[in-house]
Amino acid sequence: MGELDVLKKEAETLKTQIETARKAVNDTTMEAASSGVAPAPRIQPKARRTLKGHTAKIYALYWALDNKLMVSGSQDGKLLVWDTHAGILANCVPLKSAWVMTVSFSPSAGLVASGGLDNMCTIVNISGEKPKTMRELDGHDGYVACSRFLSETSILTASGDQTCGLWDLETGKQKQSFLNHVGDCMCVALAEDQNTFISGACDSQAKLWDIRDGQCKQSFIGHTGDINAISYMPNGQAFITGSDDCTLRMFDMRADQEVMCYQNAQPTAGVTSLSLSLSGRLLFAGYDDFNCNIWDSLKGEKIGVLSGHDNRVSCTGIPSDGMCVSTGSWDSFLKIWN
Amino acid sequence: MSNNSANSNLVTAQKAVKQLRLEASVRRIKVSQAAADLKTFCLQNAHKDPLLMGVPSSDNPFRPPKSCALF
Repeated sequence: MGELDVLKKEAETLKTQIETARKAVNDTTMEAASSGVAPAPRIQPKARRTLKGHTAKIYALYWALDNKLMVSGSQDGKLLVWDTHAGILANCVPLKSAWVMTVSFSPSAGLVASGGLDNMCTIVNISGEKPKTMRELDGHDGYVACSRFLSETSILTASGDQTCGLWDLETGKQKQSFLNHVGDCMCVALAEDQNTFISGACDSQAKLWDIRDGQCKQSFIGHTGDINAISYMPNGQAFITGSDDCTLRMFDMRADQEVMCYQNAQPTAGVTSLSLSLSGRLLFAGYDDFNCNIWDSLKGEKIGVLSGHDNRVSCTGIPSDGMCVSTGSWDSFLKIWN
Repeated sequence: MSNNSANSNLVTAQKAVKQLRLEASVRRIKVSQAAADLKTFCLQNAHKDPLLMGVPSSDNPFRPPKSCALF
């Protein structure tokens, strides 16, 4: 046998080994374990704010840590910063490229990042009188689907070039690349201690990475379509993903496998976005069919719906104080619910 | 097959095996343990979860209702 054949055989053996090891610890289901838990209350949040200002599809939104400011990005070529409490527009950032797919605030909210089909992540300083472009992070060979600040000087990106990147904003250079996905990287989420992060991609896998050495630590299989959204459970040990396969799934990192699948009786719409309430009990998921479903994350039951948008819900977000959930849509509106 | 592409196939296969060895070596806990921890966390923090508990009008920063329309 040639060396290549030996390696291929070893790869197959290792894959089987991993599956066997996962099965060995798969002694129950999350549903069974939660059968004794009282059902979550049937909540019906009301739309408290409708924010109208964009003139095209909204693709992304992000809450500032002050729980008041929220930024949205639309293919009308603008980032709008909203004072959601007062219900007014706080700032407007025109973009060089209208094809925005992601927006985020830095921890101070003095910087916003946006990325999209221009293959760049653009950092704009909005703390002054006028927005000022600070950096254009150039280096990905594909669209920038997601960007998340670690600090005022460091940002993580997920790209259609199948890699994630860690960038130093002082130099504008990439500090680390994360190579292992075999499909477009669509979303990332940072662990609280910022030593690791998770990513979801069009190869249907989610992966756990070490930020410093660029190493992929664990790969999570189960989805059968592009993973569009990913978020940590607040206990930091599990995460939830949303996919074009019309399901959401919970993966536990210590058990190294999927522990729950959230699927409608007639699954016809892909999941575009997801957010978790403060305790992790409520899972809000935006779908292609214009709705946002509310799931009981422990029991796997659908317990409510947010309806009000006239087109796909493309993004959702919950601020750090957990006081509301916001939705952004292709209908060009944002809504805030509680 | 040229030497170069044969070599790069080999390198790719070596990397794949190295990665799989790393992922195989992860220490796993039982799903029952993971589920119990998640359950405990959610239940212990339920009372602090405004969306779960409901937000009283007096504490709700989004009341009174306001709409923002730029046009």
